[in-house]
Amino acid sequence: MSIVFYLLAALTVAGGLAAMLLKNTVHCALALTVAFAGLALLFLNLDAQFAGFAQILVYIGAVAILVVFAILLTRGSETPKDGVFSRTWLTGLVIAAGVFALLGWSVLQSMRVLPHETAVPAVTVQQIGVALMGRYVLPLEIVAVLLTAALIGAVIVAMHEKEDSK
Amino acid sequence: MTPLAGYLLVAALLFSIGLAGALTRRNAILVLIGIELMLNAANLNLIAFWRYGPHPEALTGMMFAIFSIAVAAAEAAVGLGLVIQIHRHAKTTDLDQMNRMKG
Repeated sequence: MSIVFYLLAALTVAGGLAAMLLKNTVHCALALTVAFAGLALLFLNLDAQFAGFAQILVYIGAVAILVVFAILLTRGSETPKDGVFSRTWLTGLVIAAGVFALLGWSVLQSMRVLPHETAVPAVTVQQIGVALMGRYVLPLEIVAVLLTAALIGAVIVAMHEKEDSK
Repeated sequence: MTPLAGYLLVAALLFSIGLAGALTRRNAILVLIGIELMLNAANLNLIAFWRYGPHPEALTGMMFAIFSIAVAAAEAAVGLGLVIQIHRHAKTTDLDQMNRMKG
């Protein structure tokens, strides 16, 4: 375990915590960007360059911007008077703590059989492209159809209905 | 502690943070942000298992993570479009006030 991993893990977890705890919604979106960047750096630290840069392009470049747009369009940056957490926050916190306890317990229990440091996999972007166009071409086409459907669906859902005025 | 265990623990922590946020925040957009964090934690698990697995040259975990990123992007677009439409209809994104499906 290198010092780089601990720094990146601390950055990612701090970003995620801030995204869920801050009061101003715009600040939450910025903290979310920090968490996404930390995850992308963790991917790069895992020698998954393609996934790391895809994470930067898709999440920081698109999803974070989309979240900021949605916040500004819904005027969600105004902090509500009766708190930012729902009435049943204690139940949610207990459920999340239980899930973390279960996941952490199972990781610690299986520590003995987990593999140790292995050789760095020599995977080039060319191999990923060949795999995407060869063995994984059907999922790739399905994802393309899904993205087109999601694009059209999101525009139709968010489109203003003029004739349906009350 | 093996490196894989460290990554798995970070992913578990991030997943729990996202779950806690999705279950406790009032704003619908922040619930979506929590779901995004959970998806990202799952991606971190996939990449970590790919890196320390027996056959990284098969690219299975990497491909799963890439497709998962694409599906998460589609989910975010549709989810935020729905939140905008609900805000236009109900004039609020507070989930505690959205307690009926009839408009």
